[in-house]
Amino acid sequence: MEDNKAIICKDLTKQFGDFYAVNKISFEVAKGEIFGFLGANGAGKTTAMRILCGLSYPTSGTATVAGFDVYKQQESIKKNIGYMSQKFSLYENLTVLENIEFYGGVYGVPGKEIKKRSDELIMTLGLQSEAKKLVGELPLGWKQKLAFSVAIFHRPQIVFLDEPTGGVDPVTRRQFWDMIYQAAASGITIFVTTHYMDEAEYCNRISVMVDGKLEALDSPANLKKEFGVNSMDEVFYQLARGAKRSGE
Amino acid sequence: MKVLGFILQKEFRQIRRDTTILRIMFMLPIIQLVIFPLAMDFDVKSINISIVDNDHSTYSQKLISKIASSGYFKVVSAETSFKKSLAYIEKGQADLVMEIPAGFERNLVREGVQKIGISVDAINGTKAGIGGQYLNSIITDFNVNIDMNLRGAIAPEQQGAIDIRYTNWFNPRAEYKYNVVPAILVLLLTMIGGFVTALNIVKEKEVGTIEQINVTPIKKWEFILGKLIPFWVIGMIVFTLGLTISWLVYGIVPRGSFLTLYAFAAVYLIALLGFGLLISTYSDNQVQAMFVAFFFIMIFILMSGFFTSTDGMPGWAKVISDMTPVAHFVKTDRMIILKGSSFDDVKMEFLYLVGFAAVLNGWAIWNYRKTN
Repeated sequence: MEDNKAIICKDLTKQFGDFYAVNKISFEVAKGEIFGFLGANGAGKTTAMRILCGLSYPTSGTATVAGFDVYKQQESIKKNIGYMSQKFSLYENLTVLENIEFYGGVYGVPGKEIKKRSDELIMTLGLQSEAKKLVGELPLGWKQKLAFSVAIFHRPQIVFLDEPTGGVDPVTRRQFWDMIYQAAASGITIFVTTHYMDEAEYCNRISVMVDGKLEALDSPANLKKEFGVNSMDEVFYQLARGAKRSGE
Repeated sequence: MKVLGFILQKEFRQIRRDTTILRIMFMLPIIQLVIFPLAMDFDVKSINISIVDNDHSTYSQKLISKIASSGYFKVVSAETSFKKSLAYIEKGQADLVMEIPAGFERNLVREGVQKIGISVDAINGTKAGIGGQYLNSIITDFNVNIDMNLRGAIAPEQQGAIDIRYTNWFNPRAEYKYNVVPAILVLLLTMIGGFVTALNIVKEKEVGTIEQINVTPIKKWEFILGKLIPFWVIGMIVFTLGLTISWLVYGIVPRGSFLTLYAFAAVYLIALLGFGLLISTYSDNQVQAMFVAFFFIMIFILMSGFFTSTDGMPGWAKVISDMTPVAHFVKTDRMIILKGSSFDDVKMEFLYLVGFAAVLNGWAIWNYRKTN
């Protein structure tokens, strides 16, 4: 594999019966890149992402994540990635600190380091007075920011974000993207799915999935040029309106 | 091992926060042990009987008063015809009808033989069956007395009847609590192992946190041990609590060794935790898990001699009964507590339980997939 690639996918396919959730998609993601993964509901984004995270076996094709094979080395992949799922997945009946401690611990971050990093994290997030509160009591925006911070707490090479800003207010979304930029600046590759086209503009490169296939892949500026439109919204509309599948 | 430590810490924290479940887990032994043994008394004491006396003789009166004074029967009516008496059964006011035919005394004295008609209401099978038996033994007893009266003057030592006396070993007064308390101790472990674990893991599936766990490098065995150990500890505490209550309330102290008893409880709990785990790997939500667990636990309770003896079961049912881990522990638990059986006496059962623990947990671990 090439050294500067975080993810390499070739003809990756996932089939459920005679339904192709993911149909021969091929792409590469460079290290440190912010890679946007777009598509209508049911286009197959989450399925593709689950394969790359080692949660699901592909039916055919090849893929490596952080240099590890998605068929055989899922556990090695898992050590090197962070994942934030569509569903909020911190423990609501644990406190902020307890969640951080647990996830830090299971990724093998040493105890002292957990303490140090969680203090920093609480400071950056401005959660000093909430650190000992149950996560379930936090507002959604804070929960999402916390979930992201926990996903990169163990300093993974790549972080997968599945619609991380769903249901979050615009101000918090903006702050969230600041956090993403910071993480990218520290060398973490970002693989993010979203439905917000303004967010798509923040990505270095974008791919658009339609009915399980990868229909476009380029930088936002190039895509707009290629489709002769002014916004990502219109690019997406042109690509996705031909979709036959909808709904997850 | 370090990772396991973090998982355990997390589990114990969560269990401590879920005060409802925690309270139920500790209320369960207290309520079950205090109420069930008192409520579940299978001795039938008040059987309603309707009597038709067509003879109106001294003997028939004697028999009736003997029945009425036995303490088991309540004479609800004395009728003049069988038909009228039967109406009581039909209305559910009587469980038994006894008809004494005309010429009862005369036939008994002259020929020494007389038939009596007994009809039972078989809708309540237990009551009718036991009532019929009681009545039978009262009449037999009455017969012997008549026999003695008739022949007594001549040669009482010729009396050849065999007198049967029961002695209830290991439970001298045949009290139901001795039978039920050990069974409830097993039931407690069954509930904690079977239900609570299954629901706990499925809840993580429902909330979505299991996906987050599956995407971490946590190993399968670490996750599973992390789930089993806390509930195993709680189960053993509840078991100890149960034993304490049996001692305080009923004065039941295991006659066998505590070590043997705890060894059985420990392995049994592992087997049942494996069962809970297995259910959780096949269910997607708590409703499913609950329903499946309930289905099996019903079978366990009805088939494994909790409240009824397995000895009377037909062969195929006994096979099913043997295939539940519960049957083996119910049996040995009673043996150790009431009879004082040693480990040697029950070691085969111990091996069965170890087998169940291995198979159920192995199956669950095999079926738990981090990647699918």
